[in-house]
Amino acid sequence: MAVMGADLTRQTAVVLAEAIRTGEATAVGVTQAHLDRIDSVDERVHAFLHVDTEAALDAARNVDAKRSAGEALGPLAGVPLALKDILTMRGVPTTCGSRMLENWRPPYDSSVVERLRAADIVILGKTNMDEFAMGSSTEHSAYGPTRNPWDLERIPGGSGGGSAAALAAFEAPLAIGTDTGGSIRQPAAVTGTVGVKPTYGGVPRYGLVALASSLDQAGPCARTVMDTALLHSVIAGYDPRDSTSINAPVPDVVAAAGKADVRGMRIGIVTELNGEGYQAGVAQRFRESLAILEHLGAEIVEVGCPSFEYALGAYYLILPSEASSNLARFDGMRYGLRVGDDGTHSVEQVMSLTREAGFGAEVKRRIMLGTYALSSGYYDAYYGSAQKVRTLIMRDFASAFESVDVLVSPTAPTTAFKIGEKVDDPLAMYLNDIATIPVNLAGNAAMSLPVGLAPEDGLPVGFQIMAPPMADDRLYLVGAALESALHDKWGHLLIEEVPAL
Amino acid sequence: MSTAMPETIPYDEALNLFEPVFGLEVHVEMGTNSKMFCPCPTAFGGEPNTQVCPVCLGLPGSMPVVNRTAVESTIRIGLALNCTIAEWCRFARKNYFYPDMPKDYQISQYDEPLCSNGYLDVTVATAEGPKVVRVEIERVHMEEDTGKLTHTGGATGRIHGADYSLVDYNRAGIPLIEIVTKPVAGAGHLVADVAKAYVAELRDLMRALEVSDVRMEEGSLRCDVNLSLNKPGSPMGTRSETKNVNSLRSVERAVRSEVERQSALLTAGGRVVQETRHFHEDIGRSTSGRSKEQAEDYRYFPEPDLVPIAPSPAWIDELRATLPELPSAKRSRLEAKWGITPFELATVVNAGALDLVEETIAAGVESAAARKWWTGELLRTANDQGIELADLPVTPAQIARVEALVADGSLNDKLARQVFEGIIAGEGDVDEVIASRGLAVVSDDTSLLAAIDEALLAQPDVADKIRSGKVQAAGAIVGAVMKSTRGQADAAKVRALLLDRLGVTEA
Repeated sequence: MAVMGADLTRQTAVVLAEAIRTGEATAVGVTQAHLDRIDSVDERVHAFLHVDTEAALDAARNVDAKRSAGEALGPLAGVPLALKDILTMRGVPTTCGSRMLENWRPPYDSSVVERLRAADIVILGKTNMDEFAMGSSTEHSAYGPTRNPWDLERIPGGSGGGSAAALAAFEAPLAIGTDTGGSIRQPAAVTGTVGVKPTYGGVPRYGLVALASSLDQAGPCARTVMDTALLHSVIAGYDPRDSTSINAPVPDVVAAAGKADVRGMRIGIVTELNGEGYQAGVAQRFRESLAILEHLGAEIVEVGCPSFEYALGAYYLILPSEASSNLARFDGMRYGLRVGDDGTHSVEQVMSLTREAGFGAEVKRRIMLGTYALSSGYYDAYYGSAQKVRTLIMRDFASAFESVDVLVSPTAPTTAFKIGEKVDDPLAMYLNDIATIPVNLAGNAAMSLPVGLAPEDGLPVGFQIMAPPMADDRLYLVGAALESALHDKWGHLLIEEVPAL
Repeated sequence: MSTAMPETIPYDEALNLFEPVFGLEVHVEMGTNSKMFCPCPTAFGGEPNTQVCPVCLGLPGSMPVVNRTAVESTIRIGLALNCTIAEWCRFARKNYFYPDMPKDYQISQYDEPLCSNGYLDVTVATAEGPKVVRVEIERVHMEEDTGKLTHTGGATGRIHGADYSLVDYNRAGIPLIEIVTKPVAGAGHLVADVAKAYVAELRDLMRALEVSDVRMEEGSLRCDVNLSLNKPGSPMGTRSETKNVNSLRSVERAVRSEVERQSALLTAGGRVVQETRHFHEDIGRSTSGRSKEQAEDYRYFPEPDLVPIAPSPAWIDELRATLPELPSAKRSRLEAKWGITPFELATVVNAGALDLVEETIAAGVESAAARKWWTGELLRTANDQGIELADLPVTPAQIARVEALVADGSLNDKLARQVFEGIIAGEGDVDEVIASRGLAVVSDDTSLLAAIDEALLAQPDVADKIRSGKVQAAGAIVGAVMKSTRGQADAAKVRALLLDRLGVTEA
């Protein structure tokens, strides 16, 4: 493949890694091209909170040195990556989009970062996000919103809007996101990129700053299904430091992405995620995708998941409950922001002043909701009931997967909305995640991939594929087949249509 | 209320008026090498904040991993306390803000403890003889310790009023076992003794199981004492919870002082406030802490960062097989074997000498002699040096050697003590100390007679008394001889020689 003279930032990770392996490009050259791109566009996109220029170039030089020394390079060696600012990286700011952690530099690497380093992936820097991953638009970042490269007046989704925007703006070919209720998939949908939430426990959470421990999952993001699969295989797998990580072989997602075959598969449309409430263009591209999959040899059936109706309600009890506890440690005592330590305030007052100043409105809203839901006398009615709903949703999935191989739905009800449009309407914001939340509650795997632009606004539409736990490979079988058929139809990837910045 | 109201009513008088109900929550630091949820060491006394990592500091992104040894220790304790071991249980988060808690929640267990519904029989001495009282156990669970706060400035040493406070997180995350009794009623005047005996029995049990060395002075066993009083026939009264009760003596004193305080309140027509009280070791009393009338809401919920613990029956059986002979069984066996009373055995147990005496007897020493050495001379030395008896550099084999030398007349009691003094001073083994200090009973009659004559000459009046039949006066001459031979004579032999010399016979 010839990248000589081509714009290195427009290439897939597969192409870049191959070019570096063959010597057609250097890792330093590839990294520098992306750093330059960040320099020229990120002022407008604001995907990054921190660009780690020197460390990135050092890592790239190390890859080039390995190649010169004749050492074998991994499948993504030298390829740049954008890391969501919620994963710890030794010595590098990790803010979670919050004032609370503005100057915090963790003394340790997260499990994901360790694996990225071991794979010789070049980490360019940390990407913007809704504060502590609470939001669907990145507007709740304490450091200002990220903008959608398709239309800078629009949101890039959230909470992982920075990672998705970095991909769509060609600032990085790979990114890491985290998905608690859709924070990988919804940003992927509204930016025309690919994102996967692996099976819960598939990617270790050690070093992922917890929002809701029982829902959080880090996952791969890229512009193609194969790039996503390669990144998935780098970060997935058991880590004894995360007791909830699964000690079993990782499904062969790369082979599945290579196979890209849906012949004989049964694909289920979820009745409850296919009715009213979807933007016309979103519904249209969804139906067209189903027709393509049918044409490719899959059988499309409809499956009912009646408990999904209660998913949003259950989610907004479980998430705030766990978050209220997980975020308690931000009290100004040991690290991060400290307010009021002037000799006139008690410890209790300093804690209170710090939390008042350090957390944004959405974080406070959820801490209060969660504190209330866990309170004595309310626990059974709220947290207890929500856990029962969760069990029902798992049963719905289990029974659906008895008759189908994967389930599908639109990823988000609408295309990217305008910045400021929903920021004062939490309920409208929460509804963005209606189709993505059930997967987090049940712990299974899901992917969003781009399936076209909505005719009415010319913005990307995402298609969600859901697989049973530890059957992540099925996402890639279906996703790669659909991507390939759409590529044939359009003659290019959808992302090629993103306007120049 | 009358200003003349007494603040306390004497203990026995109080218990003539009221029936006590008590409950104990005992926290024991486990003796695992690493912490409850991370690999940090648990050694006591390290420089502050040197035995810490992202997990026990609660840094963002860190996650706990359960210490398997701690779970095994808890199950073994549960089995020794006759508890039911849960087939499936979880950790829970106890949420509250405090600067000694790195995460502002403590990982503990709530409604799903690992062990529940057991009992421990304890023996207390009464005027009618030993009495066995069964203390029922509500639950045994695991949790993590907090960091240690040191408040500087201010009068009270408490956080309020302090100029600043220092936190040492070395202790944060050390595995704790919490053992909670059911309410114990019906102990009457024995309530303080039963409470103390229960904690002592628990301590011995922990040591026998080797799950903790239970060094109370390092805070590795801490008690909360719940106590209420009620009129006979009335329902249970309002309880207070006394914290910071950290020695056996304090357990007894905390119960006594609370009986005396509550009874005075109730007798004067007042009411007991449900509150937390702090026990002060120095004055032997407690003072009021925060009121619990408005109970703190800890918002417990299952810890989502950990998976449930589901011990298999096979694993439990395996752990059951590791249980040693438990202290109560061991005591019964030894009482019978050594032919001693429970009181005599208690002396040995309280000295921490049970194993040492047992080993010494096994080395061939008579029961009485073995007990005499360990609970007498050697215990005094250990106490003087502020160390545990077991840490003295004296072995059961050495006691056996000394006793053999006493038996054959080579040593007497006084010389034997000097031998141990030498061993403890690091002068070598028994025979080395004897050789280097020149310790040997003077048994040669000629030199003894010379010493006797010398003493008689020095005290002619005493010599006359003895001659006149006042045999009891012989002690002064024997003493002088012992002194002049630097204790290296057999006193009985000196006495016999003396009387023989003076031609006097024992009356």
